Order: sequence, then C-alpha cells, then structure tokens
Amino acid sequence: MALNNEIIQSQLEAKFAEQVTSFSTDSGILSFESPASLNLKVIQFLYDELGFTFLTDLCGVNYPENEGGELVVVYHLHNFVENIRCRYSVAVPVQQPDVFTATKIFEAANWMERETYDFFGINFVGHPNLKRILNVDEMDYFPMRKEFPLEDQTRIDKDDEMFGRG
Amino acid sequence: MEAQHNITLPEGSIEKTTTTLNFGPTHPATHGVFQNIMEIDGERVVSTEQTVGFIHRAFEKLAERRNLYQITPITDRLNYCSSPINNMGWHIACERFLKVETPKRVDYLRIIIMELARISDHLICNSIVGVDTGAYTGFLYVMQYRELIYEIYEEVCGSRLTTNIGRIGGFERNFTNTAFTKIEKFLNEYPKVLKEFESLFTRNRIFMERTQGTGGISAERAMNYGFTGPNLRAAGVDYDVRVANPYSSYQDLDFTVPVGTTGDNYDRFLVRNAEMWQSISIIRQAYEKVQSFKGAEAEIFHADVPEYYLPKKEDVYNNMEALIWHFKIIMGEVNLPKGQIYSPVEGGNGELGFYLISDGGRTPFRLHFRRPCFIYYQAYPELITGGMLSDAVVTMSSLNLIAGELDA
Repeated sequence: MALNNEIIQSQLEAKFAEQVTSFSTDSGILSFESPASLNLKVIQFLYDELGFTFLTDLCGVNYPENEGGELVVVYHLHNFVENIRCRYSVAVPVQQPDVFTATKIFEAANWMERETYDFFGINFVGHPNLKRILNVDEMDYFPMRKEFPLEDQTRIDKDDEMFGRG
Repeated sequence: MEAQHNITLPEGSIEKTTTTLNFGPTHPATHGVFQNIMEIDGERVVSTEQTVGFIHRAFEKLAERRNLYQITPITDRLNYCSSPINNMGWHIACERFLKVETPKRVDYLRIIIMELARISDHLICNSIVGVDTGAYTGFLYVMQYRELIYEIYEEVCGSRLTTNIGRIGGFERNFTNTAFTKIEKFLNEYPKVLKEFESLFTRNRIFMERTQGTGGISAERAMNYGFTGPNLRAAGVDYDVRVANPYSSYQDLDFTVPVGTTGDNYDRFLVRNAEMWQSISIIRQAYEKVQSFKGAEAEIFHADVPEYYLPKKEDVYNNMEALIWHFKIIMGEVNLPKGQIYSPVEGGNGELGFYLISDGGRTPFRLHFRRPCFIYYQAYPELITGGMLSDAVVTMSSLNLIAGELDA
C-alpha cells in the first residue's frame, strides 16, 4: 500500500485524536503540530508504524508574536521506502522551553539539538551532552532569537573613522 | 629500580594509561578547521571529543536581513568545493517557493554545471584520501582537470571558487561558444584521466590495505546518524535526491546510483569514483540535449520572472518597465509570498536542504540550511574508535568534511 499524505493524516488522527492538529500540505509536504509533551510519542509512532526512519532535519524557529509558543522545533522526517517526507513541529513557551530529546530514536538528533539549543535556547530534556556547539561556550544569550535583530544598515551613529571611511 | 623513574608524580595524581592528543584545529591532516581531542592507547584511538564551530559565520542570521538574490553568495561559502550546486540548490528552492517554471534548456545547462561541480568535489575528496594514504601523484595529476572545470565556471559566470553562479530563474547570460568548447574538451579528455586516476588507486595494494575495513559503518547506523550522499550509498542505501525528488529535469536523463556494501573508506572511494563516471555520462546527455535546441529556443537562458530576475542593462536604460523592476529588485522592494518550503538537492557530500519560512516580508523569516556534513560528522567517534590513529586521518578525509559547510 503506497503511503500518501491522506493515509499519514488519518493514521495520526486515529492514534492521537485531537492531540495532533494543524494539518496542512504546503508544497507537497504534510505538516502537523502537537503539544510538546507528545513529541517523542509522535516521532516514535511515525518511526515504528509509518516507516519514517530518517531524520532529515531538525531546527528551531522563533515566533515572538505567538504567545505561549514563541519557540518552535521543526522536525523533517523521511520515509526512504515510500519516498515521502513529513514536517512535524512542536511549540514551547520562551519562559520554559522544554522539549524531550529525540536522541534515543535518532543519533543524528544529537548535534542538531545542540545547534538548536545554541541558537534558540531550547532545552532538550534528556539530551546526553546539551552544550553550545557552534558559538563560544561563554556566550550568554541565544543569538537566533528575534529579540536580537541584525544591525540596521542605515544607522548613522557609527564612528566611520573606525572603519576607514571618514 | 626507583632511580630509573626520574619523574615523580605529585601526591594524589592519577596514573594514566592513555595519552591525550590534540588533533587539530589547524593540523595539515584535518583539511579544514576541525579539532579532535583524542585519547589514544599506543596508536589505537580510545575515544575522541570533537569541537566544531571555528569558522561559524552566522549565515542563518545574516539571511534574515537579505533578499533572496543576496543569499546566493552566502551559499557559495557552504561547501566551497562545489559552490555551483549550492547556488543552484538555493535558486531551485526559491523557484519552487515562488512557483517559477524554468525552461528545459536552463535545466540542462544547470545540470551540466552541477555535475561538473560534483566531479570537482569528488575529485578533491578522493585525491585527498590518496594523499593521506601516501600517494600524492593522483592529487597533483587531477588538479589540472579541476582547473579546467574552474575555467568553465569562469567562462559562464566570471568567478572560480565562490561562484555566485546563475540567478533565480536561470543564468545571468547565455553560455558562450568558448564555454561549450571547454565543456567538449572536458568530456573528451577527462575520461582518460579518470581511468588513469583509478588505475593508480583502485587495485593498489597499499591503498586497499589502508582503506579496506577502516572507518566502516552499517546501513542502519548510517541512516540513524543521518548520513546522506556518497557516504550513505557506500553503506548500501541507494538514496539519491536526484532520483528520489528530481529537480532541474534530472528525471529526463539516464543514470545509475552506485552503491557500496561495507560503508568503509574503500567503498566511499569507489562510490565517488563511480559517481564521477555517472556524472560524465549525465553531462554528455545534458550537453546533447542543449545542442538539440534550435532557433529561438537555443537562446533561452532564463525564465520569465521579472520580479526576481535582473533585466538586461541596456533595457534598464531604454525601457521603463525594466528600470522599475531593476530598482525594485536592487532595493529589495519585492514582497515574498507567505509560506514555507523544504527543498533538497544532491550536494557534493549529501543532501543539501534549504528550509525557508516566509511571513510575507521582503526577506526570509527564517532560513535553515540542512548541511550534510554537520550531521554525519557526529558519527566520526564511532567510526574511528578502536582503529589506528593513522586510519582516523584517512576516515576524516574520506567523509568529505568541508569546514565551511559544517560551521555555516
């Protein structure tokens, strides 16, 4: 039986009922969400029952306007046999960004979660070695959050002499 | 016997039976900025701790303040051994996101360039494996043909290493006759060179003994570790983005996906070599298809996307509409549609993915690069533990790690 987005959606709905929500098919990939506490159950279900045995990508996103779910973890999973992908995301509040680690299911999640922690400060509960990976250890903020905008290129208070122009 | 011990350990210190070795970050054998703090017992690796991020440049953050076309030069600096694949991968991601249809000729021209890039990437990787096992000749010999590939890039886009090749929708200009002559020259001469390169290594006793059975990984572990590209295929999984999710009309061409069995350094070498043969065949097919276009079709080198494709300079001076688009593109006044997309391409060392989220603004809300070697470098301790230190060096180069991509 070939797997398609409808089957994945109906299987997830049958298993998790109302818990898995916001199904949409943006550019061919089925996306869905669930509460963060369910993330391992959903991933394990996708792994065991639907054959999503490859973690393509894991990354964080910051939506500062989305109150109560400012930080989002996005998983891209891939089923090699049926050649189908899906996108699964969980949202957590910025005050307590706790998400269970997927390292027990995918070794690949290890560094991707460290990277997500490094840039967004998402705390992966149970991660074997959750420390910064690309930034320096002494850094005391999470630079990819939207509260740290890049420098405005039109600012005029710069001392041009320091940059050899002026 | 006491007298022979001229080192007295201070009180309370622990007698260590292993040696700590700091390998990298600027060791010549790491071919990039990678640090490994290894515990070695004699010459056997007991454990290793990796440090990465030495050349982190915050590309994902930078991309949040740039228009789509300004992100292309950033992608150059990911896997700089095959920048055209990154550039075109990014353009393809944008085109999928903006729902732009590219003409067939553009697709085939892109395939030619992308496969040339793949050859130059594999060529470097494989010849470096040769260098690390003690055979410098192959490396020097194939440089000549990498140079020819770089000349082709130069003819197409004007630069060599960080190419910034192409635009959203196609190329900035048509290929010149010189470019085609050089591609023909490459197609004629390179197979002989590759044959010779293979005969230097493939059945070379020393090379085989150094690479067979070292740095091996099973297919299950490789998948669990998120391996993609030649490293995954060497372990026996026939996953290739060009086949699984075809882009740029790869589905029109006929090629096979070489796979290995043991996933060790030797298999990775063989898979890359076999892929170069496939790439030559792909280039030849694409080249024939490009040559088969006649008349006005043979002049097409970009899609019609005025919002994102810079108009010709003379049109900017003589045509109102072109002037407006030119201004809007340069000043970044084109709003992107809302939505998100994950678009993968088969990079030189694995699946290179672009995850783009747009909130309808002028720049991406979030752009994440799925960098293949960042993900599979995690497996390095598992690959080398229990092996010799000298094999760890070969394993590192045969994984095709590119620091620029790893650290983004």
